[in-house]
Parts: sequence; C-alpha cells; structure tokens
Amino acid sequence: MKVLITGISGVMGRSVARLLVERGHEIVGLDRRPWPDAPRAIRVFHADTRKRPAEDVFRQHRPEAVIHMATVTHWGASREERYRINLGGTRAVFDHCHSYGVRQAIFVGRHTVYGAAPDTPLYRTEEDPPMAVSTFPDLADLVAADLYAGSALWRFPEVTTAVLRIVYTLGPSRSGTLMRFLKGPKVAMVLGFDPLFQFMHEEDAARAIALALEARLRGVFNVAGPGPVPLSLLCRVTGRKAVPLPDLLFPHLLGPLGLPRMPPGAVSHVKYPIVVSAEPFREATGFAPTFDEVQTMESFRWAGD
Amino acid sequence: MELLKDQEVLERVERLELGFNSYGIDQFGVSKEHLVHFFSMLKWFYRHYFRVTVQGMGEVPSSGRAMLVGNHSGGLPVDGGMLLTALLLDHEPPLLAHGMVEKFANRWPFLSTWFSRVGQFTGLPEHATALLRADRVLMVFPEGARGTGKLYDQRYELVDFGTGFMRMALQTQTPIIPLAFVGGEEAIPVKLHLDGLARLVGAPYIPVTSYGLPIPLPVACSITFGAPMRFEGDGQEADAVIEEYVQAVKDEIVRLIDLGRKARRRRLGRLAPLGAMSEDDVPGEGAAP
Repeated sequence: MKVLITGISGVMGRSVARLLVERGHEIVGLDRRPWPDAPRAIRVFHADTRKRPAEDVFRQHRPEAVIHMATVTHWGASREERYRINLGGTRAVFDHCHSYGVRQAIFVGRHTVYGAAPDTPLYRTEEDPPMAVSTFPDLADLVAADLYAGSALWRFPEVTTAVLRIVYTLGPSRSGTLMRFLKGPKVAMVLGFDPLFQFMHEEDAARAIALALEARLRGVFNVAGPGPVPLSLLCRVTGRKAVPLPDLLFPHLLGPLGLPRMPPGAVSHVKYPIVVSAEPFREATGFAPTFDEVQTMESFRWAGD
Repeated sequence: MELLKDQEVLERVERLELGFNSYGIDQFGVSKEHLVHFFSMLKWFYRHYFRVTVQGMGEVPSSGRAMLVGNHSGGLPVDGGMLLTALLLDHEPPLLAHGMVEKFANRWPFLSTWFSRVGQFTGLPEHATALLRADRVLMVFPEGARGTGKLYDQRYELVDFGTGFMRMALQTQTPIIPLAFVGGEEAIPVKLHLDGLARLVGAPYIPVTSYGLPIPLPVACSITFGAPMRFEGDGQEADAVIEEYVQAVKDEIVRLIDLGRKARRRRLGRLAPLGAMSEDDVPGEGAAP
C-alpha cells in the first residue's frame, strides 16, 4: 500500500521506510531534514508538517496510510519548538488524514508517558494514566501529543488509528533517548537507586511498526521486546561506568561532571522504572523480538568499533 | 561480599525456576546475586537466632501460583523475612515468595533497590496480579501496617483484614494457604510508637520496645501452615460474600495461631529456659498434655 512517513529522515524513520519497501509497500516521506542517500524507490519531500507544502503532499499523493514519527524528543529544542512540532504537527497530520481520505494512521509514541514514581507499578497497561505529566513535567508535550493522537479514534472514526507506546530503543545507530543518556563512557545514576530499564533493538522496533501497519491496528498499544534489566547491568554490558550521584545534587552535577544534561524532572526516570506490558500488541500482530536483551545491549556497545 | 555467600543458599537459589536471563535477572528484576546475599544473612537468623520451626510445609504447593496469608506481628517484618527463608531453605523445591512492601520503602535509597532485587515489591494490586499471573507465590499479610503496628498488649489479636486479597485470589483462581507465625510478638515487644518522628521520615510508625531499641530478641519462632483454601467465584461478588470468605480465612489463622502457640509452649517446656520473655515462654505454662 502507499504509505506516507513523516519524520522519515530520522534513524527510525529511515529503517521503517527501508523495511516497508522490502515488504512491497510504496513509500513517500516528509521531513524538514534531508535524507541524501535515500533509496530511489522512496520519494522524500522537504517540508514542515504544519506548513502548506506538507498538505500538498497529502493532496497530490493520496497515501492510504500515514506513519507519524515527526516528533522532537531531545532537549536541544526549545519548549516552544517542542510544542509547535509535537502538538501542532500532530494536529496537522491527523487533520490531513481526515481531509484527504487516509484510511489508516499510526502515531509512534513512547512508553515514557507512563512516568516513573515510587508508587507506580511495574508492567503498565494501556489503561494506566500517563503519570509523566507530574513525574517529569518536561514531557508534558509528548504526553499531550500521545493523548491527542488517541483522540483521533473518536474524532475521525473512519481513520483506523493506532497509538504505539514503544519502549526505549538500542542498536548500532546510537541515536534516540536512551542512547543519548548512555552516549559517553560514564553514565549518571542516582545513589541507592537502580531502576529497571526496558528497551528493544531498533530493528525490532521498526519491524513492530511495520507489523502494526499490516495488521491494520486500531487503538492504543504498548510495544516492548525482551525483559527489562537494572540500569547498573545496562551500564556494565554496554561497557559504561556508572557514576552514582546523590539524589538532591543529581541535576546540578551532570554538567560539571561532563555527563549529558537533563531537565530536573528527569531524575525520577533515573530513580524508578518504567516497565510496560505489551501482551495486547503481541496478540494482535504476532510480534516477537528477534534480539534478546543481551544481544540488544551488545549491538549498541560494539557498533562501529 | 564473598563472606555473605552461603553455599547452601547458593545451591537453593540456583534451583529457583523464575526464568532468569544469562545475567541472573528475571522479568521482575529479581537478581540471583542479590538473593544469595539476602538469604545468606537471613539464614543465620532463621536457623540460629529465631530457631524457626515449621509445621505443615507440605501444604504449600510445589509449583503454580499460591497466596500465603498470615498474621502480621512485631514492629519489624521478622515474620516476612523468616517465612521467605523457610520457603527457600525448607520447601521442596525451593520457592521465592514475593511480599507486598509498604510504599514508604521505595522512597529510600538502597532499601528501594534491595527490596526490588529480592522480589519484595511495593504493595500495589497491579504487582500482586502480575506476579500471580506469572505463577509466582505471593506473601500477604492482610492486616498490613495496622498489623505490624500492634503493641505487645494486643499480641496475637488479629486486627481488621483487608478484603482486596480475597478478590484478587478469586480473579486469578489462586489457592490461599493460611499460616500462623508465632514468636514475632515476643521478639519485638512494642510498648509505644514515636508518631512524630515516623511522620518526619515518612515511615508508617517507629516502634519503641520495653528495652528501648526496636531490635528483635532471640525468641524461638514457629510457622504453621494450614491446608489450601479455595473459594467459589470470580472476584465480582458482593462485599458481604467476600467478607464471609475473609472471615473463614481469619478463623483458620486464629486456629493455626492457637496450634502454633500450644506447640511452642511444649517445645519451650522441653528446652527451658530459653529467652523467657513473656508468660508464653514460661516453661510448662498452659502446656497441652
């Protein structure tokens, strides 16, 4: 089928696009960033999802399905920029889906919307409320985008919409939220805390998105691969040195110690686990990860060496 | 840390079938290495300090989900720790039971990590359900903090049982194994609580014993298991029905406590006069013929 991917030039966008081409789909891409060596079969249009040229791609190419991945998660972007892209962009994409007869839409979201706190349970289900608005207020734009995308289920019932809450990804690309956190030789931990981290191989994540498309998934689904591991083990297996910092000083010591900076709210996500249950997704799509947790960690560790 | 690795404990932990990955971590974050350290320490208390004796271990199923339900006692969770150790060391095959911990513990550094790595999770219904669905053994004290907060004068009097455990057992079709833990009340004879200080550090209470410190005394303890109890239903029953079921479990625990206390008096009568802390420990007192 003809599939439009927004945010196609990102690492995840590229691998989903390549995979779908392999599986016989026709791919059109939309991104502000270039993808210079894109395969010939993939047409990439340079436009901002909220601008007129983006709407014209919908109008001219009439995709049957849209995979919306054009969201910003890194802290390099300003607050205004994040809200503009993550909420304004999501609105525009779903409005266009409705206006131009798109039959299926997939919003690629994150499991971090559930938030982490001392009294949050392991294995969150899709019914659980997104606590990140209070545990990590800087993620409010992503929580809002996730819920807003979900509202398409009742606003535009003719568009088969799936909201995927995917766990962290790891792999040779060395990009993404968790890999930014693990980038350097030293990784910040909170003294006395060692939460479980749940992640999947980036190729498995791309395959999960492809399966969601082909299964014509409707609803909100957690997407996960192998079992979670403690952060200390994640550091050990990926060859990082864990640096335990006292809770109260955590946000203030990151910069001076040369560790990746994070907003103050991030500390709760380094103290407590966010682990999701992905049973409904597995049942609906038949997805099973091809990389276990150890292979996934090692693929990240040894990439490019 | 090598000192804290008991060979027997190591062998028992190796025999646990919890689906550990190649680094010895299971799907809930339970770590073999932490279990070995934790139980190597508890083993000494179990065998030499509290000299725990167990009756009816055969009532605990050797596989599949189960809910162990007992009386809660004493200012510190001596009962929980000893029950966990009994199931690991003296049950065939070794079992790891999962306790439901008071919420405050997860806020404390180190304590939070240790409890998580040895399978003792925050007491949330989501945790209980997930563990039972994974065919684990759950350890439940329906008296909760009200139970550990009992004073010495109220010993072995069961306070109100919550009813959540019963609905959960029905929803997940889990057998309930009733049990009595005897000795915990004498081990930490709590005279009063420091409520102000407890609020300050976020703990449910801070116990003060007759000798000041909340350190357990070396009192012989016993665990008595009863036959598994199964109830009809799917967990959607009216409160009145559930309360009746809960009362049946409570009555059985009262009966087991009574059995346990009688057996303990007989045992202490022979062993006298170990740790004669209370009238319960006076040799021969009330001993059944």
